[in-house]
Amino acid sequence: MAAGGALSLPLAFLLPLLTALVVFLLGARRAPWLPGIGALATVAAVADAVRHVAAHGPQAYHLGGWMPPLGVELYADGLAALMLAMTAAVGLAVTAYAGPYLHDGHHHQEAERFWPLWLVQWAALNGTFLAADLFNLYIMLELVTLTAVPLVAITGDRASLGAAMRYLLLALLASLAYLLGVALLYGGTGTLHLRQVGELVGAGGPAAVAAALITAGLLLKGAIFPLHTWLVPAHSNAPAPASAVLSALVVQAGVYLVLRLWLWTFPALLSPAVGWLLGGLGAASVLYGSLQALRQSRLKPVIAYSTVAQLGYPLLLLPLAAVPAAAAQAWQGAAYYIVAHGLAKAGAFLAAGNIRYSLGHDRLAGLRGIAPELSVSVLALGLAFVSLMGLPPTAGFLAKWQLLSGALGGGQWPWAAVIVLGGLLAAGYGLRVLAMALAAAPSDEPVRRPPQRLPRRMVAVPLLLALAVYLLGVSAVPALRLLEQGAPEALG
Amino acid sequence: MMAAAYGLLPLAALLTAVATAAIVFALGDARRRQRTFWNLFGAGTKLALVLLMAHGVLQGHTLEVAWPALPGATLRLVADPLALLFAVLSSLLWLITTVYAIAYLEGSGQRARFFGFFSLCVAATFGVALAGNPFTFFCFYELLTLATYPLVVHRGHSAALAAGRTYLGYTLGGGAALLAGTAALYVAVGEQPFTPGGMPAVAEWADRAPVAATAVLALLLGGVAVKAALFPLQGWLPAAMVAPAPVSALLHAVAVVKAGAFGVVRIIEDTYGYALAAELHVTPVLSALAAVTIVYGSVRALAQAELKRRLAFSTVSQVSFITLGVAAGSQLALIGGLAHLVHQGLMKITLFFCAGNYAETLGEHRIDALNGAGRRMPVTSAAFTVAALGMMGAPPLAGFISKWYLGIGALAQGQGWVIGVLVASTLLNAAYFLPILRRLWLLPATRDWPARAGRAEAHRGLLDPVLLTATAVLLAGLLAATPLSPLGWAARIVEQGYPGL
Repeated sequence: MAAGGALSLPLAFLLPLLTALVVFLLGARRAPWLPGIGALATVAAVADAVRHVAAHGPQAYHLGGWMPPLGVELYADGLAALMLAMTAAVGLAVTAYAGPYLHDGHHHQEAERFWPLWLVQWAALNGTFLAADLFNLYIMLELVTLTAVPLVAITGDRASLGAAMRYLLLALLASLAYLLGVALLYGGTGTLHLRQVGELVGAGGPAAVAAALITAGLLLKGAIFPLHTWLVPAHSNAPAPASAVLSALVVQAGVYLVLRLWLWTFPALLSPAVGWLLGGLGAASVLYGSLQALRQSRLKPVIAYSTVAQLGYPLLLLPLAAVPAAAAQAWQGAAYYIVAHGLAKAGAFLAAGNIRYSLGHDRLAGLRGIAPELSVSVLALGLAFVSLMGLPPTAGFLAKWQLLSGALGGGQWPWAAVIVLGGLLAAGYGLRVLAMALAAAPSDEPVRRPPQRLPRRMVAVPLLLALAVYLLGVSAVPALRLLEQGAPEALG
Repeated sequence: MMAAAYGLLPLAALLTAVATAAIVFALGDARRRQRTFWNLFGAGTKLALVLLMAHGVLQGHTLEVAWPALPGATLRLVADPLALLFAVLSSLLWLITTVYAIAYLEGSGQRARFFGFFSLCVAATFGVALAGNPFTFFCFYELLTLATYPLVVHRGHSAALAAGRTYLGYTLGGGAALLAGTAALYVAVGEQPFTPGGMPAVAEWADRAPVAATAVLALLLGGVAVKAALFPLQGWLPAAMVAPAPVSALLHAVAVVKAGAFGVVRIIEDTYGYALAAELHVTPVLSALAAVTIVYGSVRALAQAELKRRLAFSTVSQVSFITLGVAAGSQLALIGGLAHLVHQGLMKITLFFCAGNYAETLGEHRIDALNGAGRRMPVTSAAFTVAALGMMGAPPLAGFISKWYLGIGALAQGQGWVIGVLVASTLLNAAYFLPILRRLWLLPATRDWPARAGRAEAHRGLLDPVLLTATAVLLAGLLAATPLSPLGWAARIVEQGYPGL
């Protein structure tokens, strides 16, 4: 039933979009159950798509029956299916979490705005993973950005408005660079289809300029050092569910596209020097983000800087992809890294959201003697951090092991050193936070007011996300088998 | 059907400890009776399962569970005699320590957190023991680091946090070395199961690339040397003394240092093989470091005024006997080292329980405040005396047996200098243990201690574990010649697994 599977591709895009429309028209207060229904329907469509990719190989769907280059193609290979699945898991969790978070009587305004924005964003993210040509990709990326910026600004306070404005300006600059690159490619090849461009584009000057422009735009959207400056204020000032989707999904879509384009569209341009440049930026992200995370005095900025650091790892694939002995394992490691980071980061941000929701602040020094009511959230935070550190038994560890094995197998010592060092630094910033949460209250401190009661669902969701990382830590084999569907031959 | 269920025993034992942790976390701080029930039920069940496995291994069965975690890396748990030596020790001491900890921590906060991570520690230790390949070993070894951290900082004051930082700095650093070494090993030879006498693929690789093989061996040993507290990587162990007494028992006797020493055995004997490690000139360095650690730990122990700190430095010294036994390279020395893995655990856990009893009942932490404590707490002090004499190597106690085998084993290899180390260690041990015994029994009390609450000198839950382990120290020595004693089991491991030494 390949046709049925292909139909689930447009559904994965259309269902959240449709839900967003209905929620917008009805108002979130009148239909609080609607986002949940839409999320479950989307998850079902994604599950069907993933099942078909796993069973029958890459799936394509042509809108209205028109073939490319005229028609719009939706295309899902193993990598896209993996991203769709990770997005569905995070999306379902965030939808479940945001319900009680937004409908508690304090956040009415935010609720009215959050649901349409988030659901359109989910549609656009799925569209990004499914888009098969550069222009549709541009539209989806714009849609992701234009929903992400208001999500940052949703509380309307001064800090978040400033962060959102900075994000908007830089993201528009990124879009401009990307579009310019796409125009150059279209002028040179006469097509926008990802694989067709790859076949037609040479290694000449215009192609290189186009690739550079597109990559710069995507690196900015993916918050890779030194283009990360907008990320930390934006992600740490947004409300918890928004922070989770921004860090776990939105920036990761940028990094995903860097890998997608360099491995599928521009492999001819991926010289060792270019690989080293991009890998070097990734390594700089890993080290810089981790060092900054060590210096923060509030919890959410720690997690936001950790995003900068974690996004660097998948880029290490680019220098390794050219080394035959390293490519296959590094490819698996990089893809699994994105999945592991998405789940763990969403769990961490939602757990941090609980702490903030309950205590009214997220200062690290104020975590000493944290109330027992928050112990489940602290546990979820700790479990998620273990994956970010790349320690067993988590998905983050299995991803790191593959990436490290790839680097060592190819004799690429510097990248191996970055991977090991990055893990140690992550342990440093993660355990610095957890030490505060384990510390006893200073004895001279007056008894603190009881923290605000957390709804049960908000307690459960981060823990379930964190535990999912451990489930994926038991075995990566099913996910990596899925990844093989439609993988570039060089990485097989 | 029976056979399939039998084969799953290793997984069942692992999951017992994990499930205990989950239940204890879920119960929360308030439900004390239920928590105590599940703690004891979990520990008891696990011990029963491990003993069942030991029975199976005696019958000659192979108990193995494996599943692929990655293409080219399998999580594999295998019950071989060496694994069970460590697993039986840790499961037995877990049960005893749980009883002790329930009494010791009565009334203190965050008990759900404590016992939850306590169970996770033992799950990790069990995994280290049964790990059937280097990848699995690494996974559980790191899990052990993470699960012990909340216990080390349990008190939550700034000294505990500082100790926790030191602990993590050392152990995660060691973990990084072990990760790099293990990954490099996998890249070089692919996945190989632990093989008594060494993996053949590693021997071939070392033939082709001796420098790389030596570097990887150094990384692997450097990684496990941290937990084994081998000089100069022993600094975390005395620092971690701020943790409560049951945690010290766990670190020193049940889990952490043992996991390190056990790692040395797995790497030297079952990964590279002794002959290859000697050919790469690694074992002489290892035995030299072990000898230095033995003397260094003892000398430092002399200068400590606090009982737990003295015991901590004593651990630094004593654990290196295991490494020394491995590095000496004869069957007898290896038997002595492996038996010492158990003997040191029994003796050291007794000593730490006693130190905890003095602290809990009398409020004394310093050695010079223990004058006359033997009359106030005769049972605890008698247990302390047995374990201390055992540490010194007085016959017929457990410590004497291990030292005897180490000594004759080294002599058989023509390494007479090891006798010198053993003699020096015995003299130093006497120099730091005998003054404590003199204070306990011979000097008059100088302090006014709180009167006994009831007939017993301390809480039953604190006293019974001490009696049990002290008796075990005595029996392990007296019954050493029987096949199921620690020595007998160690001899069985060596005769079956390492006939070539």
